[in-house]
Amino acid sequence: MESLFFFFLAAFAVTTAVLMVLQRSPLVSAVYLIANFFALAALYLLLRAQLLAVLQIVVYTGAIMVLVVFVIMLLNLGDESRSRVRIALRTWITVVFAAGFLAEVVYALLAGGTSVRAPSVSVAESLGTVESMGGALFGTYLLPFEVTSLLLIVAILGAVVLAKKKG
Amino acid sequence: MTPLQLTPYAVLLPFIGFLFNGLLGKRVRREAVAAAVGCATVGAGFVVACLGFFQLAGLPPGARTVTLDLFTWVAAGAFRADVAFQVDQLSIVMMLIVTGVGFLIHVYSAGYMHGDPGFARFFAYLNLFIFAMLTLILADNFLLMFLGWEGVGLCSYLLIGFWYDRNFEKGTTADAAKKAFIVNRIGDLGFLTGMFLVYVTFGSLRFQTVFTQAATMSVGAPALLLITLALFLGATGKSAQIPLFVWLPDAMAGPTPVSALIHAATMVTAGVYMVARCSVLYALAPVSMGVVASVGAATALFAATIGLVQNDIKKVLAYSTISQLGYMFLALGVGAFSAGIFHVMTHAFFKALLFLGSGAVIHAMHDEQDIRKMGGLAGKLPVTYATFLVGTVAIAGIPPLSGFFSKDAILWEAYSRGSWVLWLAGFAGAGLTALYMFRLVALTFQGEPRWDRGVHPHEAPATMTVPLVILACLAAVGGFAGIPASLGGGNAFERWLEPVFAPANEKLAAAVGQGDIAEYVLMGLSVGVAISGWYIARLWYIRRKDIPGRIVQRVPGAYRVLLNKYYVDELYDGAIVRPAVRGSESILWKGIDVGVIDRLVNGVARVTAAAGRGLRLIQTGVVESYVLVFLGGVVLIVGWLLTR
Amino acid sequence: MDVPLPYYLCLSAVLFVVGAAGVLMRRNAIVVFMCIELMLNSVNLTLIAFSSFLGSITGQALVFFAMAVAAAEAAVGLAIVIAIYRNKQTVNIEEINILKW
Repeated sequence: MESLFFFFLAAFAVTTAVLMVLQRSPLVSAVYLIANFFALAALYLLLRAQLLAVLQIVVYTGAIMVLVVFVIMLLNLGDESRSRVRIALRTWITVVFAAGFLAEVVYALLAGGTSVRAPSVSVAESLGTVESMGGALFGTYLLPFEVTSLLLIVAILGAVVLAKKKG
Repeated sequence: MTPLQLTPYAVLLPFIGFLFNGLLGKRVRREAVAAAVGCATVGAGFVVACLGFFQLAGLPPGARTVTLDLFTWVAAGAFRADVAFQVDQLSIVMMLIVTGVGFLIHVYSAGYMHGDPGFARFFAYLNLFIFAMLTLILADNFLLMFLGWEGVGLCSYLLIGFWYDRNFEKGTTADAAKKAFIVNRIGDLGFLTGMFLVYVTFGSLRFQTVFTQAATMSVGAPALLLITLALFLGATGKSAQIPLFVWLPDAMAGPTPVSALIHAATMVTAGVYMVARCSVLYALAPVSMGVVASVGAATALFAATIGLVQNDIKKVLAYSTISQLGYMFLALGVGAFSAGIFHVMTHAFFKALLFLGSGAVIHAMHDEQDIRKMGGLAGKLPVTYATFLVGTVAIAGIPPLSGFFSKDAILWEAYSRGSWVLWLAGFAGAGLTALYMFRLVALTFQGEPRWDRGVHPHEAPATMTVPLVILACLAAVGGFAGIPASLGGGNAFERWLEPVFAPANEKLAAAVGQGDIAEYVLMGLSVGVAISGWYIARLWYIRRKDIPGRIVQRVPGAYRVLLNKYYVDELYDGAIVRPAVRGSESILWKGIDVGVIDRLVNGVARVTAAAGRGLRLIQTGVVESYVLVFLGGVVLIVGWLLTR
Repeated sequence: MDVPLPYYLCLSAVLFVVGAAGVLMRRNAIVVFMCIELMLNSVNLTLIAFSSFLGSITGQALVFFAMAVAAAEAAVGLAIVIAIYRNKQTVNIEEINILKW
């Protein structure tokens, strides 16, 4: 059952990703990306990362993508023009490199020894629940947690300063 | 604190004087202050030297050596050199001479340099010189002595070129100063080589360590031969012997007190002191002793012949100095070390006196130095004349003045311990010395005045005449410190220095017996030749002035050779200087400096610029190309990791 | 039936490569930014997969912080894009090449 979900969600994620990359309109690309994030959130649930699944939706799609969409609409960007007659050299090189990289990784993962196939450890369902995540964040990872808050303040300040109209 | 422990302060005070006059001299408007500071530091040194002398005398004769360790100078691995002073009989005598005569010359300078814009600078340099000279004398190891050695060379350069904007003969005073420094440098090469060899042979540079070790070595060891010859080369440079004497006549470009202090009484005797200090080493190398004696005798005679025909009052005295230094080395070379040091002392007295007297004459004649334009000054400059005469009688070796005792001791030792050839050279030189010195007196002070109308010679002020008188007294009675046994004296001087030279004397053959009849014969001959020198001078330059002219007409070639100093300068210039300059220009400058080094440096710059021009093409400004390169790199690295 | 770990990692790799290709091929700055976000997410997926299969909470904590950083980065990055648009009237990264030699 789980594997069925996995394959369906995996296919969905890959499809939306590819479509996102190939779209001409930035707004449509953004929508596809949102769909991709939903698929990823579902995958997180499969992997017993409940808190993160919710955060994925709230933070990534709810905040970041909304911000992106705002900016797209603010700048009133049109579609990307298909100006070139032939596809640039850079695109070909990119495809070659990307394919090569993918081949390497897939080879490493699937053709590797048995150690790569990690045994299915029976992991508790409550691995990524709010309680256990909270315990980790306020326990072992307290310092990064506090530093992150500082980081967010700095980011806010930076964004405000950069985007402010001069004068 | 005992007086001997004050010695480091005696050395340090002149340095402080140098700093004071050097740094604050411009602000101190009053000459009296600069002069007072300059003289006081040296005077204090003399007081300390006197007290130290008495303290040393209070110690038993075998134990009159005090070492004052100040601080560690160099400590590198196994090598160690300290700043430490060794006060013993020899160095205290030298210290007395340097500070005593130095003090008198400082006082004299206050009068001589009056009105000169560089007054304070002069005293600063003089003080620096005293500091360096004392360091040289009191050092207890070769390295510190070398520091003083170089320091006095530096001060000599600074003081010769003191009037830096004046011309001097064919060049400027700066040329004379450079010549002195460069010729000295050649000698320093010898000193350095000797010092290195000493370290290699003995493993230490401390005198006491080296000499105690050397005393165990056998006569004629090749290492010692090399060391002593190398050190002697340094001595010929500093003490103006053949072949490195050429700088001293040119050094007369400096003010007369400088000539008196540095180029008569003290610096030029540094070489003599150094050889005397290393007496043990020389005693173990008979060949070197022979070299020293021969060079000394040859120089003595050689310089005397040149001095005979010179017409500049200071040049005559300069060649006289070279000649007298030859006597000192002659003494050292035959093993009469204390006689050599004795002559250092008496020579300091009368030569400083003669130079200061000549300075008074030059001062009176408004910077005229040609003796053909003088004459008849005896009446105008009575004190100068009297003291100058005393100095002349002393240098001629007429008893009972000091020069007789020291020079006679040297001649006797040269005959008895050396060979009659050496004695003959010294004897001839003594005769010539008397001749040219009395010639100088006759032409300068006696006879009819030959100077221009406009010149009004007047006697020098008290600051100049008082030191003259004091030096004259010393030149007169200074010899009584070393009356030889043959004349009934106890030769206190030699007995005082005996412990210092005892290790060396052990190595040499047994001393010759005293009271030999030959000694009296030679003594008589010396006095006789001195008096005949006086007589001939009187004859040629006062009674019958035509004789010198007739002699010149008979042998014009010989006269020209003598007048041009045997063309030694020209020889050196042609054989060494010009090829060196040309070689430097063509090979070192144009070939290496411009051709290789400049091209290399410029080439590096050009290559860097070209590389930069090539590399900047990477900066396309488009982010994506950067990312592309990233991705390519990642692919490569992962591929490499996989196939490892 | 449990899905083996390598499958998740493969999926993550595919998403990563797609995102990288997008960064290189697209000319609109905002779309490039979105592709970068895609790459970040693929890494998040890797981390969570490992965390789940090793039974350790560390991976998930790391993802938590990665998300926080991504949010901050998004804010600042988009502010920069706005500022550039104001100055150069374009978000075409090929035309933003002031740092060209």
